[in-house]
Amino acid sequence: MRSATLLRGFAMAAAAVAFMLSVGWWQTRDRAQDTAGVLPLPIDRMSFTLMDQDGKTVEPQDWLGRPTMVFFGFTWCPDICPTTLSDISGWLETLGPQADQMNTVLISVDPERDTPEILGDYLSNFDPRITGLTGSLPQIKAAAKGFRATYRKVPAEEGDYTMDHTAGVFLFDADGRFANIIDYHEDPRYAVPKITRIIK
Amino acid sequence: MKRIFATLALIAAAGPALACETVTTGSLEVSRAWSRASIGTARPGVVYLTIRNSGTADDALISITTPAADMPMLHQTVMTDGIASMPHAMEVPVPAGGQVALEPGGYHAMLMDLTQVLKEGETFPVTLTFRDAGEVTIPVTVQNIGASAPTCTSPDE
Repeated sequence: MRSATLLRGFAMAAAAVAFMLSVGWWQTRDRAQDTAGVLPLPIDRMSFTLMDQDGKTVEPQDWLGRPTMVFFGFTWCPDICPTTLSDISGWLETLGPQADQMNTVLISVDPERDTPEILGDYLSNFDPRITGLTGSLPQIKAAAKGFRATYRKVPAEEGDYTMDHTAGVFLFDADGRFANIIDYHEDPRYAVPKITRIIK
Repeated sequence: MKRIFATLALIAAAGPALACETVTTGSLEVSRAWSRASIGTARPGVVYLTIRNSGTADDALISITTPAADMPMLHQTVMTDGIASMPHAMEVPVPAGGQVALEPGGYHAMLMDLTQVLKEGETFPVTLTFRDAGEVTIPVTVQNIGASAPTCTSPDE
C-alpha cells in the first residue's frame, strides 16, 4: 500500500516535470518562431500590391533586375523614421550615381494616415531616389510577411497611436535574393559597403 | 510665462549664432537644443538636447513644457530584436558628474499636438523641469527635417 502511494507520488511528480518541460519547450519554440533567424523571402516569391507616392501600382516583381533596399516606417514618427531617412539619404549621396540603378523603398506601416500624397509630401524632404509605398491594411500585412518584418499599433493618449516596427534596412541583389540587413544606426562605414556589395 | 517672453525677446535680440545656446540651473547645464522642421501641425515634433551634471548628486529630467505643443512628453526609442518601439519615459536620469543626451534613436522629447508649424531656422522655448534642480528654459533651434545633429557647436567641440 505504502509503495503504491509512493509510486503514484513519483508518477505525479514525473508528470508535472514532463508538463513543465513541454511548456518550456513550447514557449521557446514559439519565441524562436517570432523573431530569431527568419530571413526575408526572395523578392520573386513575395506577393503584394502597393501604391507609390505618385499613385502608381507597385509589385515586388517590378524590382527584379535592380538591387533593392527596403525599410519600414511611418511619417507620424518623430524620431527614428526621419533619422533613418536622413541616414539613407546620406548613404545615397555617398554612393552618388551608382545608387541611381537601385530601388530604394520605404513601406509605410501606417497606411491609415500615410496616403500616397502624404508620403510624397514627406519624402520630398529627402533624397529623391527614395520611393514611398502605402496601400490597404491587408496588402501592408502581406508585404511585411514577405520581409518577415513585424509592426504593431500601440495606443497613445487621447485616441492617438504610434507604431512599433522592424527598423532594419533590407538589402537584396538584382536577382531578388536577400543579401543583408543594415541595423538601425549602423556605422556608415559598414552601411555603405553593404550596399556597394549588392550593386556590383 | 514671463520668463518665456523674456527668453523670446533675448532670442530676437541675439540673432543667428554659431555657438550652441547654453543655460544652467544649479549644477546642470543644458545645451545643443534642436528640433526638426514639421510639415503642418498634425504630426508630433521632436526636441533633442544635452544635459551635463557637474554636481555630486544624481538628478533627473522629469517633465518638459513648451508653447509650441499642448502635449509634450519624454520618450525613449528602444530596440528589441530589431523592432523599434517608443515607450513613454517617466524620467531621464542625469547622473552626478555625467551627462545625458536626448538624441536620435534614444531619449527624446516628443511634441504632441503642435500649436505652430516648426519652421527651419526659427527657435521656440522649451522649459525643462528637473527633480532637484528645478526649472530652466532653453531656446530650441529648428533645423531641416532631414537633420540628424545640431548645427551649432559646443565650446568643447
